Amino acid sequence: MKSLLPILTVVAAIVALWYAAAVPMNAPWARDQAARADVTLTTPELIADTWSQERPRLPAPHQVVADLWGATGALVLEGRAFSKRSLITHAWYTLSATLLGFVIGTAAGVLLAVGIVYNRAMDMAVMPWAIASQTIPILAIAPMIIVVLNSLGIQGIIPKAIISAYLSFFPVVVGMVKGLRAPGRDQLDLLATYSATGGNEFWKLRLPASMPYFFTAMKISIAAALVGTIVGELPTGAVRGLGARMLSGSYYGQTIQIWSALFAAAILAAALVGLIGLVERRILKRMGMQA
Amino acid sequence: MTKPVIEARNLDLTFQTNDGPVHALKGVSLDIGKGEFVSFIGPSGCGKTTFLRAIAALEHPTAGTLTVNGMTPDEARRERAYGYVFQAAGLYPWRTIAGNIKLPLEIMGFQKSEQDKRVADVLKLVDLDGFGKKFPWQLSGGMQQRASIARALAFDADILLMDEPFGALDEIVRDHLNEQLLALWARTEKTIGFVTHSIPEAVYLSTKIVVMSPRPGRITDVIESTLPRERPLDIRDTPEFLKLAHRVREGLRAGHAYDD
Repeated sequence: MKSLLPILTVVAAIVALWYAAAVPMNAPWARDQAARADVTLTTPELIADTWSQERPRLPAPHQVVADLWGATGALVLEGRAFSKRSLITHAWYTLSATLLGFVIGTAAGVLLAVGIVYNRAMDMAVMPWAIASQTIPILAIAPMIIVVLNSLGIQGIIPKAIISAYLSFFPVVVGMVKGLRAPGRDQLDLLATYSATGGNEFWKLRLPASMPYFFTAMKISIAAALVGTIVGELPTGAVRGLGARMLSGSYYGQTIQIWSALFAAAILAAALVGLIGLVERRILKRMGMQA
Repeated sequence: MTKPVIEARNLDLTFQTNDGPVHALKGVSLDIGKGEFVSFIGPSGCGKTTFLRAIAALEHPTAGTLTVNGMTPDEARRERAYGYVFQAAGLYPWRTIAGNIKLPLEIMGFQKSEQDKRVADVLKLVDLDGFGKKFPWQLSGGMQQRASIARALAFDADILLMDEPFGALDEIVRDHLNEQLLALWARTEKTIGFVTHSIPEAVYLSTKIVVMSPRPGRITDVIESTLPRERPLDIRDTPEFLKLAHRVREGLRAGHAYDD
């Protein structure tokens, strides 16, 4: 619990900074309104107003928290956890596409890495393309993927998952190539002295040796998958999902809604990364590699 | 002595590097008989490791002939003629000690029950009884190296090739392991090829000491040990031991005379 204090200190500093920033950000609107109503605001009144506007430029933390609670916990208590207004519903849509994209991306990443490690032509050819694929802004390519798939009659979760996979395969390729190449010459020579087959080498040496790299890569790639899904929700005019919440929030100037969707996405990402970390600890411990 | 187990005739081995060819071995001829303990000693670059690797078919000679049990090294490998011990224990961290020893047995397709029996046998042989369920990081460096020797012994090859197996260990552990290795050799009657750069280690362990020198890698002296097979550690203070050590040192120095 020693680590809790520094973390809380940083959180407190950020919250303080946030409240402080909300004042100048929202003050013009407050003054404007006051001028129209022909009243003069004292400083405390002004500050109180900047922290409680309906459509602030920068919502104060407590407004975001209240909105988050209103769209999740409060609805659960009312028994309407999966209503259209509920962030849980939206988060679920985003999550399902993220998980599908993550699975596709991870599988593709592992296959590509195996190809790169075992095939010289792929070793020379694939990596530059993989790197190039990540330098193209996802925002530019996402609408194209959706339009192309739509013309093929593919809609719904699949296009989002593919955009998500597009972002999430890359860390897995890089991590797995490094992991599969982790065994040194002595370890490979040892297998050679047993006249081991290529299959032995892969299953008994390269694959287990790559596990720590695999988990590290997956932690990065699942966060990337979530970003990919949210980006995929933006240009589709999707009505469901966290990305759709952010988009509609920005259409209607609902800044608080944007921020609470943003926080929901961040919480979701943290939970996913944490979950993989948990699985990692379990499996590596069983493999005797926790030291 | 019957037909040698390992027979090398005029062996050349040249590596092509960016700086031109490197003559790792030149004109190496040597016979190793059954049950011998042969040490290869020399400065780095003298080809001692390369020669051991050539026997194990990890390197391929560019000229000359090399037979192991009357076969080519590649055929001998397929016949599981030898176990190889590297300088680093190289145990898989994700396998227990028993799991590591099973590795060659799994690859060679031994029955499950036979695997367990052999693991128990070799663990006893290297004095690691009861450590089978531990993971490598739970063992000291010396114990890890013993486990790697057990792994090389598990499939019961007649030849044991060891490439500076104790090179990374401190002197006290090393002495202890040398004693154990001699005991093991006496019990199993294996033929052992042992690379080292320690003169006392070579003299203490071997029935035959092969002194090598670099550029090009070649044999400068082959010394048949006059020491008895039974060797307590304090044999190293006897005049006979010192005389052998002296001759090895002379051989090494003669090899170096080629340099400036």
